[in-house]
Amino acid sequence: MRQPSFGPRGERAQAGFQRANAAQRAVIWRMARLVLRDYKFSILTVLLCILVTSVTTLASTLFTRTLIDDYIVPLTQAAQPEYASLAQALFRLGLVLILGVVCSYAYNRLMINVSQGTQLRLRKQLFARMEQLPLSYFDARSHGDVMSVYTNDVDSLRQMISTSIAQVFNSVITIAVTFASMVVLSVPLTLVSVLMAVVMMVTTTLLGRRSRIHFRAQQESLGRVNGFIEEMMTGQKVVKVFCREAEAVREFEAINDRLRDSAAQANRIANIVMPINGNLSNLGYVLIAVVGAALALSGTAWAAGGTALSLGTLVSFLTLNKSFTQPITHVSQQINSVLNASVGAERVFALMDAEAEPDEGSVELTDPKGDVDFTGVDFSYTPGKQILFGIDINTSPGQKIAFVGGTGAGKTTIINLITRFYDVQRGHILYDGVPITQISKRSLRRSMSIVPQETHLFTATVLDNIRYGRLDATDEECVQAAQLVGAHDFILRLSEGYQTMLSGDGGNLSQGERQLLAIARAAVADPPVLILDEATSSVDTRTEQLVQRGMDSLMRGRTTFVIAHRLSTVRNADQIIVLQRGRIVEHGTHEELLALRGEYYKLAATGSGSIG
Amino acid sequence: MFQTLLRQVGGYRRASLLTPLFTAAEVVTDVLIPYVTAMLIDRGILAGDAQRIYEYGALMLGLAFLSLTFGILAGRSAATAATGFAANLRSAMYRNIQRFAFSDIDKYSTGGLVTRMTTDVNNLQNAYQQILRVTVRAPFRLVLSVIMCLVIDARLSLIFLVAIAVLGLSLYHIISRVARLFARVFEQYDALNHSVQENVAAIRVVKAFVREGYEAEKFSRAAEGLYRLYVRAESLMALNHPVMNLVVYGCIIALSWWGAHFIVGGTLTTGELTSLFTYVMSILQALMMLSMIFVMLTQSAASGRRVAEIIDERPDIVNPADAVTRVADGSVEFRNVRFDYESVAATAVRQQAGISRRSALYKVSFRIDSGQTVGILGGTGSGKSTLVSLVSRLYDVSEGAVLVGGRDVREYDLAALRNAVAVVLQSNTLFTGTVLDNLRWGNPQATLGECRRACRLACADEFVEQLPDGYNTRVEQGGANLSGGQRQRLCIARALLKQPRVLVLDDSTSACDTATDARIQRAFREELPGVTKLIIAQRISTVQHCDRILVLSGGAVTGYDTHERLLADNALYREIYELQHADLGDFDAPQKGGQA
Repeated sequence: MRQPSFGPRGERAQAGFQRANAAQRAVIWRMARLVLRDYKFSILTVLLCILVTSVTTLASTLFTRTLIDDYIVPLTQAAQPEYASLAQALFRLGLVLILGVVCSYAYNRLMINVSQGTQLRLRKQLFARMEQLPLSYFDARSHGDVMSVYTNDVDSLRQMISTSIAQVFNSVITIAVTFASMVVLSVPLTLVSVLMAVVMMVTTTLLGRRSRIHFRAQQESLGRVNGFIEEMMTGQKVVKVFCREAEAVREFEAINDRLRDSAAQANRIANIVMPINGNLSNLGYVLIAVVGAALALSGTAWAAGGTALSLGTLVSFLTLNKSFTQPITHVSQQINSVLNASVGAERVFALMDAEAEPDEGSVELTDPKGDVDFTGVDFSYTPGKQILFGIDINTSPGQKIAFVGGTGAGKTTIINLITRFYDVQRGHILYDGVPITQISKRSLRRSMSIVPQETHLFTATVLDNIRYGRLDATDEECVQAAQLVGAHDFILRLSEGYQTMLSGDGGNLSQGERQLLAIARAAVADPPVLILDEATSSVDTRTEQLVQRGMDSLMRGRTTFVIAHRLSTVRNADQIIVLQRGRIVEHGTHEELLALRGEYYKLAATGSGSIG
Repeated sequence: MFQTLLRQVGGYRRASLLTPLFTAAEVVTDVLIPYVTAMLIDRGILAGDAQRIYEYGALMLGLAFLSLTFGILAGRSAATAATGFAANLRSAMYRNIQRFAFSDIDKYSTGGLVTRMTTDVNNLQNAYQQILRVTVRAPFRLVLSVIMCLVIDARLSLIFLVAIAVLGLSLYHIISRVARLFARVFEQYDALNHSVQENVAAIRVVKAFVREGYEAEKFSRAAEGLYRLYVRAESLMALNHPVMNLVVYGCIIALSWWGAHFIVGGTLTTGELTSLFTYVMSILQALMMLSMIFVMLTQSAASGRRVAEIIDERPDIVNPADAVTRVADGSVEFRNVRFDYESVAATAVRQQAGISRRSALYKVSFRIDSGQTVGILGGTGSGKSTLVSLVSRLYDVSEGAVLVGGRDVREYDLAALRNAVAVVLQSNTLFTGTVLDNLRWGNPQATLGECRRACRLACADEFVEQLPDGYNTRVEQGGANLSGGQRQRLCIARALLKQPRVLVLDDSTSACDTATDARIQRAFREELPGVTKLIIAQRISTVQHCDRILVLSGGAVTGYDTHERLLADNALYREIYELQHADLGDFDAPQKGGQA
């Protein structure tokens, strides 16, 4: 569930003891260190409180013996029953128990701080780290994968800290304390108890081994069903257009039935662990009652350290036995859920460990001119697949440079290098004469504005979306920017004008309107360098014109790099760079290039644009 | 909602009924065990009767064995019932989704449908299993334990009644407040996740404007707000435990005090007192379980609602009674068609958001004769895609009528109509399988030769034959291993295999370069003369040779004529032509392989 859960988890932990592998151990250790760094004192207090709670719980269990042996039996034998001492004993017991309750609440309350606080810190760290990751990180992963780290994984981590860890402590301490008192009460009965516990652990482990096989099969079928659903839902409209509904149902039913069968198998085994353990514990109860009764009746001094087993001791022991076996069955489940959560934790840590964008530059551009030069730049996204070859570009501030070429020619890549979204492998790029690797990224990117082909807006008002370009821009400046690029009119037509809330990436606006907002956003930043990626044919010619006009007014007086799709954009450029498969094949003004009668001429004259 | 979901129990009703029955039997035996223990202590140990000890011991073992048997049976049938229930839910949703009209799919979105079929169903499966097992167990255990206490000693049971009343009241107060708080927690949590998603999607913008710090700070504030709310909710919830513990301990002390008096007075035995202690624990455990069930039900209720919504959704378009199954010819006619995408409810929502919008299509009337080729041109949002999707009745008109083969499309059997009208959608999808498998979506019986011919017409043969395994090459999910232009051409070939009377291409060659585009158009003209063709395009070059061109603007037809006459009379057409002509076309011609 994507919601945070409270109370019992929907998912069932696999039955039986799993053994942690090295990776899991490492993750759990790291988690522990993380928690301990901030909450050393809290955790210590928690441990202490758990100890006190266990002891007081034990005290209440053992009180049965005291009650029967020290009070009830003498009282029944007394001629004149005197209850004052019992009242005192009960009062003392009450105090001890209240102490237990206070400690129990204290540790639960502290664990909330610890788990939520750790979660908060993890979230903040994750987010801050994500913002610093290079684009290549996002290229390699689907948005869904990154998202699920924030939702499922962080949540399972919190679960691990809040419930499981405290519970494991609690169980372990309870087992230890109970065991100690059992030994004190009666060694032979303890042996019976331990024997039963061993039987329980063995059955749980055996069942666990069997259930894991089935759980794995279930996970596989589940993966297949989820994959199928995802694919078919994505193509649902095509299914309809081709009348493939019946076929689609038939295929689905087959894998759905398989999932049902494997899930039923897995759950059946997991479901019988509880009754088996519960009744093994009953069996233990009977065994102890019978053995204990035999010992008590025979009155052998053999029983417990030389004294005969008293009735009260036997009764207490029966209760102790329950407190001993119960946590043993629980602890295996708890350890499993910690191990399962460690998978999520591993992904959280992997994201946190991902290498941030390098930002070693220290030069701050005080008065950037916008003079960008490329010399001999080679670049590849992945080793062995070179995209750019020996790119040389010289610009002067205020020039308009147009890139022309087919898909895959390397236009977008060049732009990605100017903004230093990626680093070149060979050659260098200078900004105002300084290698861009020596300029701080902050300063470099502040000196340029990008209007990407694909527009992204944020959940905020129209005004705030424009202000995103420069956070300290006044309302007037934002409106001026909108007027400059021709977005003002349509904004006024929105019900709340500039205060209209945009949601879902501006889903309630048209493609052209969204683009105009992106241009206004770039305008308000007012940088010396502008990078434009023209929209492709998905926007119609008239909207394109409106957007074009916006872009034109923005370009004035700035160094502009534009990925051009329209000849009108290119015609008045100071430099046109024709790219082909990562190489500059032609370079010059519109007239020069036409005169060359080369690739550009072919493009412009035929309009077919077939340069592949 | 509950009825809808319960109906899906279907063939697993038996298992669903057996689970509580077995559980009840298990609980009865479980509850009896402490009672037998009391007798074992009193009549066996205290009476010094070894024979009795063994007898009661054997009885206890017998009960434990019964409890084990019932427990295993209950566990197994619960697993069968819950997993079967989940399978039925998935199947019911999936079947109904297959009946969905396009408008229904739009309404729920692909992602929404996937979540409902996976995560939500999984939640319900777990909840159902828990309900079957625990919902009977807890109250039953509670009642039985109370009864056993009454049997042992009615006077002491009064203590329990007081305790249960105190506990019930305080738990009710805590939980109802916690539920309200958690509703707010979920809301904020969703908002937080939304902001992460937005950032992941727009990471380029964030980086380009150097807003990493700003975004991180915004996120921190939201996360801290959530933290505070969460801690409040959980702290309140953590009160459950101390309250419960206090009540248990109160019971134990009270039992010890009065119990001692009664034993001394001779009206209670020691064995009975110890069983009372056991029953106190049992009652309190049952109460704990009840409070957990409550929490779990509120959690899965949301999933239940979402699943039931899909199962209950009535498709907007259903097959008519006495449907016509033969489409006479490929003529297409629109008579005064108006179309709105929105339902009345959606309109209200939009108006609240303050965005006005006109009908997607308005007063559209035109006629295409069988075998003609018609180009459709117009700006974004002018209604081109909408118009063609009405032809195969992917949506129903809001007003007016669409006729194919001389009959209203609403009279046809849906499958017959859609087989006669092949649509190549703008957002087209290929499926996992071989190239041939994908082509045969058009016609399952198509021979390799027929598939080849379709590919040749769509200019897809040239690249298919160069694929490593030719027509048997595997297509990855969504056609990820093919380029955009290649996918488009395969989609066209797939549609051609239907041998339709009407072929609709919705901007289906946008990713192909102009030369390929021209070859495809020529092949259509020369080799499919009898097929009516509707071709949506951005480029005038694509449609200028059509018999007629339909010009759309703002949902209305502004022109329907030949290229030459439109150039002469239609201002909009001329404007587009001049713009494109002046630009001499565009540069974004795809190069084979690679990506920028």
